[in-house]
Amino acid sequence: MSKIPATLFDKVWDSHAVRKIEDGPDVLFIDRHFIHEVTSPVAFLGLESRGLKVMFPEKTFATADHNTPTINQHLPVQDPLSANQLKALETNTAKYGISHWGLGNPRNGIVHVVGPENGITLPGMTIVCGDSHTSTHGAFGAIAFGIGTSEVEMVLSSQCIMQQKPKKMRITVTGTTGKGITPKDVTLYIISRLTAAGATGYFVEYAGEVFEKMSMEGRMTVCNMSIEMGARGGIIAPDETTFAYIKGREKAPQGQAWDNAVAYWKTLKTEEGATFDMEYTFEASEIEPMITYGTNPGMGLGITQRIPTAQAAGGSEASYAKSLQYMGFSEEEPMLGKKVDYVFIGSCTNGRIEDFRAFASIVKGRRKADHVTAWIVPGSHIVEQQIKEEGILDILTAAGFQLRQPGCSACLAMNDDKVPAGKYAVSTSNRNFEGRQGPGSRTLLASPLVAAAAAVTGVVTDPRELI
Amino acid sequence: MAYDKFTVLKSAAVPMPIENVDTDQIIPARFLKATERKGFGDNLFRDWRYNTDGTPKADFVLNNPIYSGEILVAGKNFGSGSSREHAAWAIYDYGFRCVVSSFFADIFKNNSLNIGILPVQVSPEFLHKIFTAIEADPKTELVIDLPAQTITITATGDSMQFDINSYKKHNMTNGFDDIDYLQAMKEDIQAFAAKSMY
Repeated sequence: MSKIPATLFDKVWDSHAVRKIEDGPDVLFIDRHFIHEVTSPVAFLGLESRGLKVMFPEKTFATADHNTPTINQHLPVQDPLSANQLKALETNTAKYGISHWGLGNPRNGIVHVVGPENGITLPGMTIVCGDSHTSTHGAFGAIAFGIGTSEVEMVLSSQCIMQQKPKKMRITVTGTTGKGITPKDVTLYIISRLTAAGATGYFVEYAGEVFEKMSMEGRMTVCNMSIEMGARGGIIAPDETTFAYIKGREKAPQGQAWDNAVAYWKTLKTEEGATFDMEYTFEASEIEPMITYGTNPGMGLGITQRIPTAQAAGGSEASYAKSLQYMGFSEEEPMLGKKVDYVFIGSCTNGRIEDFRAFASIVKGRRKADHVTAWIVPGSHIVEQQIKEEGILDILTAAGFQLRQPGCSACLAMNDDKVPAGKYAVSTSNRNFEGRQGPGSRTLLASPLVAAAAAVTGVVTDPRELI
Repeated sequence: MAYDKFTVLKSAAVPMPIENVDTDQIIPARFLKATERKGFGDNLFRDWRYNTDGTPKADFVLNNPIYSGEILVAGKNFGSGSSREHAAWAIYDYGFRCVVSSFFADIFKNNSLNIGILPVQVSPEFLHKIFTAIEADPKTELVIDLPAQTITITATGDSMQFDINSYKKHNMTNGFDDIDYLQAMKEDIQAFAAKSMY
C-alpha cells in the first residue's frame, strides 16, 4: 500500500494526538507551555477550586512581560493592579514549582522572544501560550498557537489541549525581495492580500525561496503575524538555518541528544505531492515597503500607494468609513508625507536584534526628528545586551534616541507606554486596532526600516530613499 | 469552569452590524489587569460605549433602551485578534449567552464554547435577514435550539441549521467542560508523556 504524502503540519500534529474523538476535537499533547502574568491567574484559581495539581511543571515556563514598565525596572511597579498581577505570577509559579523569569531576572523578556533565544522552543514541538502571538514559534517547525485561559488551566492540569485539527494552507513566495524589503513587509503584504480573516480555520505553512533564505528572526516575524489573517498559526520547515540558530543555546539538546534531535528534525518537511486545503503563491518582486492605513492589519498597502476607495477595498462600506474616520484619513490620500508623532520599535513581532540592526542602519549619521517621541524597546535583556555590544546603542544615542528596558510596552499599552488620543504612531508591533496603543491612538504598522525613516524625518517616508 | 447548561434560548437580540469587531474593542487591554474573573461586563465595548468622561455614548447600541436580550448579533469576523478569554468573559458577564455572526475568529469561538457562550455561525444572507427583522421590530425574538441546531427568527419564521461538533454540543447541553474529560484520561496522558523526546 502506498503511503499518502504528509505535510509538515500533519507530521507534528499526528505525532502528538493522544486520542482522536469522533466528530470532536483531538486530545493533543503539549511539549512546551509558556505562561505570563495576564492570562494565567484565573487558570491557577481554577486549579485551586477543583483541587488539581500542575501535571508536568517542568514543561511550563513563565515570564513577566505585558505589564512590566520599560524604565526603572529596579523600582517597585507603580500601578497597583499591574504589581498585583506580577505578584500573582510569582506566587503561583513558586507554589507549583514552575520556572519563572520575573522582572529583574537576566532571562526576562517577552515570552515569544525568550523562548527561542534560550533554546526552549525546538522543531517538532507542540507549543501553546495564553497569547495569540504564540504562532511566532512556528518559525522553528513547531505547531504553536495561542489559547484562552480555560485552555491554560487545561494544559496546566493535564498537559493536553482539546482542539479540532485545522485545515491546511500553503503560502509560497517565490523569487527575491528588492532593496529595503524586510520580513515584516512580506507578512504585511500577504495579510493585505488575504485580509484579516483570510486564513481563519487554517494553519499556514510558508514555503518558497524567500522563507528559505530568511533568518530565524525574520521567520519569527512572519509566523508571529499569521494570527493577523485569522490563521491558528504559521509553520516553516526546519533547516540548517534553524539548527545553527538553536545549537549551543542554554536549554537546547547537547552531545548525542543533539545529533539524535537533528536527525529527527531533518524529517520534518512536507513531502512531494502532499495536498493542502488552500494554496496561494506570491511573487517577491511585487512587494514594496508596507504600511497600514486602517484599523485592522489587513488594511495595508505599499508605502508609495494611495488609500483605496471603499469599493476597491471590498467588505462593508460602513465599516470601512468608520475605520478611516477613526484614523483621520480619506479615500485616495497618499500615505507618504503624513506627519508622525510617535515611533515604536519592539514587541514580539520586531523586538529582536536583527530589527534593531535594521533600525540603526537608517538612523546612523542622522538625527531624530524633534517632534517625534520614539520608544525603542528590546524584546529581552539578551537583545538589550546585544544592542550594547554591537555598538547600536552608540548610534542611537548619537541620533538623540534613548533605549528602554524590555517588555511588551506600547504594543498593547498595558504599561505606561501609551500613545495619546488622536496621535499617530508608526509601530513595528502587530495590531492597529482602535485604541490598541492607548485610547484614541492611531497606529500605522510597518517594518523597522519604515519606523526608522519616520523617526528621522517626522513623516511617513519611503526608507529606500534613505538607504 | 463549569457553566450552566445550554439547550433552548428564546430572546430578543442586540444588533451590531459592524465587521471585524476585534477583542481590543470587546475589552480594551487596560482592563485585563484583574486576577479574578469578575466584573468584566462593566467594561464590555468600553471605548465604543462610554465617552472619556465616563458618560454613555447615546449612539452606541448597548446604550439604546429599545434593544435588549441575551443574544448579540454581529457582523462578520467577530472576535478577531487576541486570545484573551476576558473578551468572552465580558460578553458572558454582561448577560449574553449567544453570539450570532456570519464568521467568527477561531480562538474567540473556542473561548466562548469553553465558558458556555454559544457562537452560532449563519450565512451572510441569514445574518442580513436577522438585521432586517430587528430593524423592523426591535423586540423580534430569536430562538436558538441547540439540540436541534436551528436558529429561527420568530417574526418571519425564517430558520436555518447551524454547525457544532457533537462533542462540544454534548458539553454545552450538559454543562461539562474539557477539563472533566481530560482528568478522566490521565493514565493515557502519562503513558504518552513517557515516550516523548522533549
